[in-house]
Amino acid sequence: MNCIIIDDEATARVILNKICSEFDDLTVVAEFENAVEAIKYLYKHQVDLVLLDIHMPDFTGFEFIKTLKNPPNIILTSSDKNFAIEAYEYDCIVDYLVKPILVPRFIKALQKVKNILKQNTETSIQDHEANQLENELYINIDRRLIKIDIRSIYLVEAKGDYIHLKTENTNYIVHSSLKKIKDKLPDSLFLKVHRSYIINIKKIIDIEDNSVQINKEIIPISRSSRAELMDRLNLL
Amino acid sequence: METPNLSYIDKLSNGDDLFKKKIIEVIKFEFPSEKDLYHKNINLKQYKNAAENIHKIKHKISILSFDKGYELASKHENNLKENKTNLEQEFEEVLKTITFYLTLI
Repeated sequence: MNCIIIDDEATARVILNKICSEFDDLTVVAEFENAVEAIKYLYKHQVDLVLLDIHMPDFTGFEFIKTLKNPPNIILTSSDKNFAIEAYEYDCIVDYLVKPILVPRFIKALQKVKNILKQNTETSIQDHEANQLENELYINIDRRLIKIDIRSIYLVEAKGDYIHLKTENTNYIVHSSLKKIKDKLPDSLFLKVHRSYIINIKKIIDIEDNSVQINKEIIPISRSSRAELMDRLNLL
Repeated sequence: METPNLSYIDKLSNGDDLFKKKIIEVIKFEFPSEKDLYHKNINLKQYKNAAENIHKIKHKISILSFDKGYELASKHENNLKENKTNLEQEFEEVLKTITFYLTLI
């Protein structure tokens, strides 16, 4: 875990540095005596934790937080207990330490940050796994279930009782209907442009009046679908 | 009478003499200028600024485990925010105590 220290008082910075040095998994990557310099740093670097003094001239700790779009985890430090209530208004503030900071209290605050970071990592892994599942489609061909990455499909064409499912690498013929597969494909990516065709909007190369080019294929667009297609495009 | 001491610094140092030396040096360096700034603002009757100065001094008082001095500094800080200077003389004694103590360590 990396952190920065923001405190206008050198004594406080030396103490915080010393306390942080006691933890193998915590590295102080920078320290600042004013919030403005820290803001510039945070525009370029990502940190897990900010140890932030509230009481600074010109730019208070709370003003500092308000300038950040995505503030990292923050442990406030202050000689004044009276700011604790205001601290609760900020989601990014994990804890509030009253100076002089005692190591056992710091350990407790640090543990809270570790818990949040762990929770965030788990959530992001779960989200990634969920996204992976959402991007997968199994099709039944000759009693085999073949996994396809939905994002690789550029065109689905209806042919009688079958659909032709075309991906960047392979084409499949599946016993199914356009309606059935449409329900399995995300609306954000796919659009039915004709009674026989579903296209992947991201794969469009160009559009003419009544047709769209996808890969090397020219696909007709029905009059009723054209308006919706135009709505979905990022037009200049 | 309670006096400043190094119990907090000793605890934090935990045998790290280099750190102990460093923190004492930094306090010795910062404290006089903070004290001067406080006096300047008191003389100019800039009491809110003087309260800000006390806020920083207060941290050093607490690092030197001078609890009574810290209490008085907090009261004086709050009073100054309301332009009340009634604890000025008592706080002066706290500053003198700290100043003297810093010459001993």
